[in-house]
Amino acid sequence: MLNQSPSLDLVFQALADPTRRALVERLTRGPASVSALAQPLEMSLPAVMQHLQVLEASGMVRSEKVGRVRTCQVEPAALRTAEAWISERRTSWERRLDRLGEHLAEHPEQPEPGSAP
Amino acid sequence: MSESPVTHATFAIERVYPAPPARVFAAWASADEKARWIGCHPDWRTVESSMDFRVGGREISRNQTPGGEIHAVETWYHDIVPGERIIYSYQMSVGDTRISVSLVTIELHAAEGGTRLVFTEQGAFLDADADSTQREGGTGTGLDRLGEMLEAELAAV
Repeated sequence: MLNQSPSLDLVFQALADPTRRALVERLTRGPASVSALAQPLEMSLPAVMQHLQVLEASGMVRSEKVGRVRTCQVEPAALRTAEAWISERRTSWERRLDRLGEHLAEHPEQPEPGSAP
Repeated sequence: MSESPVTHATFAIERVYPAPPARVFAAWASADEKARWIGCHPDWRTVESSMDFRVGGREISRNQTPGGEIHAVETWYHDIVPGERIIYSYQMSVGDTRISVSLVTIELHAAEGGTRLVFTEQGAFLDADADSTQREGGTGTGLDRLGEMLEAELAAV
């Protein structure tokens, strides 16, 4: 359990930047070379590579160099971790609202107006 | 590059309850009623609990985990239409760290056989370290599963 925080931190940090989100979005449509990724971004190749390094460090993207071409692709499992804590919040509320349903079923009568307005 | 990432997210949950809207509303409007169903962690000790259910009113809930951490939820009520709608904001913190600030809208619609409740949360989720808060929660959460998943992934690297 101890090593989950750094990894989540890196995922959130990676997604906190609009360029990196654009890169991830592009890569969810399929693998692409670094130069193809850089082309629509209007920034230098080294700048794009720096963003890709952050994404790789987070585990969301991995790349492979074949000859002179470096190709990137997403790691879907790591992408899911970013959603996980939001979905945890959602799950807590789902559980609460289910308990509210049980409470209403057990106590269908309108409660005495006390602290209610 | 941001050192403290913020993730924005919105989610909505719907439930239909076989009770009239006024009854469902009452379950949110009174501290006694709400205490019956809102708690997630039976093993947490209540340190502070107060509720002022009116527009501009505040609700505070501070609880201590078995590991000694203080989890706090502070709520501000912004809009209350009895039997129809509640809008509030709330922030969650663990110790001195704020982990989220959210806006919640509860809508109650009369539906066939009862009430359709729509819960919408729009949040700024602040610190990924929030998962550490769940470690001592003791109630097997999604984050525990997340931890296992990450461990498996790290092991596979």
